[in-house]
Amino acid sequence: MQDASARVVEHREIGAGYRFLVFEVPEMAVALTPGQFVHVKVPALESSALRRPFSVFDAADGKVSVLYKTVGRGTAALNSVKPSDVVSVLGPLGHGFPLKCEGTALLVGGGYGVAPLHFLARVLKASGHGDIEVFIGGRTKDDLLAVDRFRALGVKVFLATNDGSEGVKGLVTDPLDDELQRIREAGGRFELFACGPDPMLKAVALRATGTGSRGWISMDRHMICGVGACYACIQKTVRGNSRCCVEGPVFRAEDLVWE
Amino acid sequence: MIDTSVDLGGLRMATPVATASGTFGYGFEYVGALDYSKLGAVTAKGIRLNPWPGNGMPRHCEVAGGLVNAIGLQGTGIEHFLDITVPHYMEQVRNAPPMIVNIWGGSVEEYAEVARRLTEAAATEEGRIIGAIECNVSCPNVKEGGHTFGQDPAVLNRLVKAVREKTTLPLIVKLAPNVPDIRPYVRACEDGGADALSMINTIPAMVIDIEKRRPVLANRTGGLSGRGIHPAAVKLVYDAHNATKLPILAMGGVYEAKDAIEFMLAGATAVAVGTATFTDPSVAEKVYDGMVDYCERHGFASVADLTAALV
Repeated sequence: MQDASARVVEHREIGAGYRFLVFEVPEMAVALTPGQFVHVKVPALESSALRRPFSVFDAADGKVSVLYKTVGRGTAALNSVKPSDVVSVLGPLGHGFPLKCEGTALLVGGGYGVAPLHFLARVLKASGHGDIEVFIGGRTKDDLLAVDRFRALGVKVFLATNDGSEGVKGLVTDPLDDELQRIREAGGRFELFACGPDPMLKAVALRATGTGSRGWISMDRHMICGVGACYACIQKTVRGNSRCCVEGPVFRAEDLVWE
Repeated sequence: MIDTSVDLGGLRMATPVATASGTFGYGFEYVGALDYSKLGAVTAKGIRLNPWPGNGMPRHCEVAGGLVNAIGLQGTGIEHFLDITVPHYMEQVRNAPPMIVNIWGGSVEEYAEVARRLTEAAATEEGRIIGAIECNVSCPNVKEGGHTFGQDPAVLNRLVKAVREKTTLPLIVKLAPNVPDIRPYVRACEDGGADALSMINTIPAMVIDIEKRRPVLANRTGGLSGRGIHPAAVKLVYDAHNATKLPILAMGGVYEAKDAIEFMLAGATAVAVGTATFTDPSVAEKVYDGMVDYCERHGFASVADLTAALV
């Protein structure tokens, strides 16, 4: 873990309220693995403001990218960051996804939750694991992010929107369930990897728990320290109150306790 | 060369800068993000006899000038702390500074027992890094009515005496800020045999989500820390110093050297950085460097000479 001075090399809007931000931070780019996060000091906020955590969309060629939605004061202030600005980035942080998968890798993302799944898909692909399917869900087509980036990786992409404006009308678990059934009927194996809103994560986790298949769930929580020091970002698990920043953000599906 | 060492009631600190309990985990979490040689001590997160789950979520809320938290003292208990956590700290941190162990409990007896175990461990090779005990007296006295130990000078005095009986380690008592006059509490600690005071703990606080018409924190209320509480802390340190000869470890909104020097001039012997670490993990280094620079510029040969050096 290091606190690096990262130079912003790209920052652009990629749809309604969503932005793509790229830092040049070579050492960290090498060290990061899919599912880990970085803790960013937002320059436009007062100097005492807390950092904001972001899952990594990709880390390669000396660069680290994140994808975020403007949801509050911190992300709104982050909007003003420009290329060549220098930002303090703490990382790599957290416990990420496993980088081996048995059978089909089923990646399920909602909204900006696709970010760590993109990094995972690219790394799995690069390591020779070709059998990857990605399920992307959102309220409308504006919430379906990075679809082209996934397609460019050569993975199969399924889309679902609540309003039917793109892909299947319904929940992301609808096309997922069809695929799960197809894989089971063919006697295949699979692992689930998910990041997104809590109800979606719970739905995905339940599809892995008790099935003999593994599920890996990345939780999104407000954080203070990001390094395991403060115990603010708690997720209930079978081991008690676990910290999302060190025991997570990626947890085994069967370890999660849902309230 | 400025002499940066200070003596906090028998705890020899190589620098006057420590970390505050609850903001620095168990000392090892920030390895890689700061130079530990500039820390005079680290303070471990509060520990009690048995494991404790802490509060529900949410546990914090960022506010103007700081942070309101109600973590609820989640921890693994003294056994795990001594068997796993302390050795891990010594292994992970090169040239590890001494550890001040913050303790709490639901009864006087619980504090005393935790203090006894720590004292015993500190005498061993594996536990030698334990340098002092800091009593958090802002938790409820479950056995006797639920009022916090730190809100009644007589109860506080009894608690300090009971812990004193069980420990030869430097004994620091961390005072609550929300009292009308700090002096009776200072005297209760002094009379009870405390070696030092630390202050201030967080200020009781509450944040309400007006759209949901609910408190933001699951615990409903919490403690305010950060930049906003600093002037209040300086005043309390000043008042306490004027009422006692006990050395004071001052904390509350230290974000830069200026804040630490204010504390020293008000009467503190050492300072701790807390909430600022969350934003800048190496803030303690910067505070240390700035204090040394200040001593050079103002002709102080020793950081210790800053204590109560108001003109």
